[in-house]
Amino acid sequence: MSLDLANSRDLLRALLPELALTLAGLVLLLVIAWRHRTAADVRLAGWVTLAGLAAAGGAAWWLWWHTARAIGVPAMIAVDDFRFVTDWLLLGTAGLTVLVSFDYLERERLLVPEYFALLLFATLGMMLMVGGDDLMVVFLGLELMSVAVYALAGINRHSAASAEAALKYFLLGAFASGFLLYGIALVYGATATTNLSQIGVQVRTLGLAGGPMLRVGLALLLVGFGFKVAAVPFHMWAPDVYDGSPTPVTGYMATAVKAAAFATLLRVLGEAFPGVPAWHQIVWWLAVATMVVGNLVALAQRTVKRMLAYSSIAHAGYLLVAVAAGTSAGSAAFLFYLIAYTLTTLAAFALLAAKGREGERDVLIDDLAGLGTRRPWLAFALAVCMLSLLGFPGTAGFIGKWYILLAATAAGQLPLAAILVLTSVISAGYYLPVIMAMYMLPEPFEQAHAGMRIGRWAGAAVAVSVAGLLLLGIRPNRLLDLAKTSGDGLGVAPGATAAAPPLQTSTGR
Amino acid sequence: MYSRWVVTALLVWPALAALVVLLAPARWAKHLALVASLIEFAISAPLWWVFVPAGGMQFILDAPWIPGWGIRYTVGVDGISLFMVLLTTFLVPLSVLGSYAYITTRERGFYALMLVLTTGMIGVFVALDLFLFYVMWEVMLIPMYFIIGVWGGERRLYAAIKFFVYTFFGSLLMLVAILALVYLVAQRTGVYSFAYTHLTSHIGGLGPLAFWLFGAFFLAFAIKVPMFPFHTWLPDAHVEAPTAGSVLLAGVLLKMGTYGFLRFALPLFPAVALHPAVQYAIVGLSLIGILYGGLVAMVQPDFKKLIAYSSVAHLGFVMLGIWALTLQSVQGALLVMINHGISTGALFFMAGMLYERRHSRLVEAFGGIARVVPLLAAVLTIVSLSSIGLPATNGFVGEFLVLLGTFRTYPLAAIIATAGVIVAAMYLLPALQRVIFNPLDKSVNEMLPDLSLREIAVLVPLLACIVWIGVYPKPILERMEPSARQLVQSVRLNAASFSATR
Repeated sequence: MSLDLANSRDLLRALLPELALTLAGLVLLLVIAWRHRTAADVRLAGWVTLAGLAAAGGAAWWLWWHTARAIGVPAMIAVDDFRFVTDWLLLGTAGLTVLVSFDYLERERLLVPEYFALLLFATLGMMLMVGGDDLMVVFLGLELMSVAVYALAGINRHSAASAEAALKYFLLGAFASGFLLYGIALVYGATATTNLSQIGVQVRTLGLAGGPMLRVGLALLLVGFGFKVAAVPFHMWAPDVYDGSPTPVTGYMATAVKAAAFATLLRVLGEAFPGVPAWHQIVWWLAVATMVVGNLVALAQRTVKRMLAYSSIAHAGYLLVAVAAGTSAGSAAFLFYLIAYTLTTLAAFALLAAKGREGERDVLIDDLAGLGTRRPWLAFALAVCMLSLLGFPGTAGFIGKWYILLAATAAGQLPLAAILVLTSVISAGYYLPVIMAMYMLPEPFEQAHAGMRIGRWAGAAVAVSVAGLLLLGIRPNRLLDLAKTSGDGLGVAPGATAAAPPLQTSTGR
Repeated sequence: MYSRWVVTALLVWPALAALVVLLAPARWAKHLALVASLIEFAISAPLWWVFVPAGGMQFILDAPWIPGWGIRYTVGVDGISLFMVLLTTFLVPLSVLGSYAYITTRERGFYALMLVLTTGMIGVFVALDLFLFYVMWEVMLIPMYFIIGVWGGERRLYAAIKFFVYTFFGSLLMLVAILALVYLVAQRTGVYSFAYTHLTSHIGGLGPLAFWLFGAFFLAFAIKVPMFPFHTWLPDAHVEAPTAGSVLLAGVLLKMGTYGFLRFALPLFPAVALHPAVQYAIVGLSLIGILYGGLVAMVQPDFKKLIAYSSVAHLGFVMLGIWALTLQSVQGALLVMINHGISTGALFFMAGMLYERRHSRLVEAFGGIARVVPLLAAVLTIVSLSSIGLPATNGFVGEFLVLLGTFRTYPLAAIIATAGVIVAAMYLLPALQRVIFNPLDKSVNEMLPDLSLREIAVLVPLLACIVWIGVYPKPILERMEPSARQLVQSVRLNAASFSATR
């Protein structure tokens, strides 16, 4: 299906997922205007949100099924498989977060149905950002997402830590937005356009690659995105914010927000700046710094939540390796890893939310001692999550890491691949103690885990994630093909593709 | 039918049985595991007769797995892996039976992990696709980590994490090397494939990178063997592991390293492996391992630690035999691998039995118990003599072949290694004397029970193998000869042709 985006009907079609989600958001706002008092109201809001997410997902699927592509002049929005696949990822993440939140909100007495409205609008912002083919749309989407997530971080008004997290996130996020906007302005100044593909054309045809204004603009863009993905050295906010926010929100921030920012970064670099080699170097160093610092600092953490926060920084480093590869294999690896990482991290945070009671901030790794005998299924799920984060064979995390390594070695980045595996060895030092505590240490006292309750829906979300992790670890073929075709769709540096023969794939839908 | 599916059955059956063990009532766990592992052995036993003594792979099954990356599920057995598979399926039922009294908590988990471990171990020996190999190499890490960490001794957490991190470190570097190798081969041939046959038939032309790739493989395997100076995880893991863990660790897991050299490091990088500098370094390290392992074993007060260091020495012989790269030395190395599995496995069983009686692993806790437990003492003597390498036991045949083969390429190394055999007598015989002879001076030892029927059932198969291989090793040697010959010839040939073209 070819869509001429200059034609308003085709434009509406291309925006169908976003429109469906907007509509759902409006309906949700109306619903909660009348019903916002009891736990049942909160659940109702949750179900409306889920319906909206499902509708948007269906719309994205419809476009993908008809292989929608844009023709004609480049427009504000991209229509390609990369967008649809990331849309699914974001919608799925939001859906799982909703499921996890049901029990959490009731338990913590957070009877605020606006929680779900904010979640929904944050997701909408992400979808716009990821689908934006224009720096202005990207920025608008980013702001919509950020504002909603600032509020989500501070949604627990009884918690001082939550308020601190929200304020910190807001201040530093606003700062980062400023960098981003300034970068956009400079890029516009250098190329006279904000459209991503046209920037690419201008850079190529006018030979702007060496121009200082463009390079400074690009650097500022990288700083802005670096903040959002929590890449070292722009990661300082992440641990405190992740630590203070309500746990399901933390899970959402560590997965969806990061995924959206990363996917946008990949699109911007791949479409607008393939001709500017400078970013390869910058991203290379960012990747190394993020992997090393994230993993080393995570080693020193005693509480599970902060450990997971630093681990998510470390994983941002691995994802940057895929970005630094700069090939279509890199984009595909990036997508696959993102999906694996998202499933794992969401499940881990959901389990942590179940363990914690009025202050899951304080769950130490050693507090998990004896969980293996007391709650075997929960312990098993958490163990699988840890192994997947570690990148152990049999889990999706391994296939993802393998793919990134494959892309990195194929792009001639052997040192980067070596650093990745060495830092992965370090990560065994903080993922294994979780398993060790659960299975190898005795329960500190009777009933140590009596308070651990996981609700029906959160349990289902965890079960689905863990089953997905194991399944993808053994039979990743379909998802690999999907990631491959979607990654190919993204314009990447033609020169960066090394002389390797293409991997044969059976593409089918 | 049999020859097509046997290897896959060997991989799938223990994993399925592990599930059954997990779901069945706890008091059945050990019996179910024993039956499952005996069936596993029964599946593998016909390999001995069906196997045709010729070079090349047999019992091959090949199916696509992840075609997008050129990854296939390819398994097969040749004269080298045949014995590793048989050794594994032989030792697992014994280990299960040997754990009956030792493991008293969380039995279901333990026996399920033993069975999962079996899948991983056999997987390493039969994988003919580098992806599959890597996956299996890692997969067996987790059950062993749990076996040490949950059912181990006092310092089990430390030992478990040390074991895990050492192996993980080596194997991840190997992972990068595998990816780089496949990529480089793909650049020249246009085919992206992890298949073993594809990679070995397109070696060469790697340039200086070959050295680094070999280094990564070397590190992974050397840690596993373990070669001096990468051996420090071994004594900790061995001492802390429960009996069955120690037996399988020594009997099978260590062989994965030496098997990796034979199967992957040598055929994939013949030119580097036969480079004089690399050869001297590795032969030197092997000699150090033989002597150092023996000397350190001499001063160990802890019986299990003594056996652990003796493993370092024995594996030094294996490495020496592999790197001397003559037909006899490689055959000898393979035989030492088998023998070490049997003799050291038996020693660890005995150490476990002594521990169950006295709750002490110290040599000095015993003394003069030959009068109290004559049967146990007799078996321990035979097993120790076989570990020392007394003629007419299995230990002699293997080490003799290694020395004989090595003498042709590295006469000096062979002479030094011979001293290692004497050192072996110097650490095991005094220990033996202090445990079972000497005066019976501790009253607690006067009431020790002798071997039970179950323990006899564990030890008799091992004793039978000790005598059989010691007296009549011909059936084993003739089955491994074609594969060993092929390996030696192809490596020497390829190395020569590469250095000629360079």
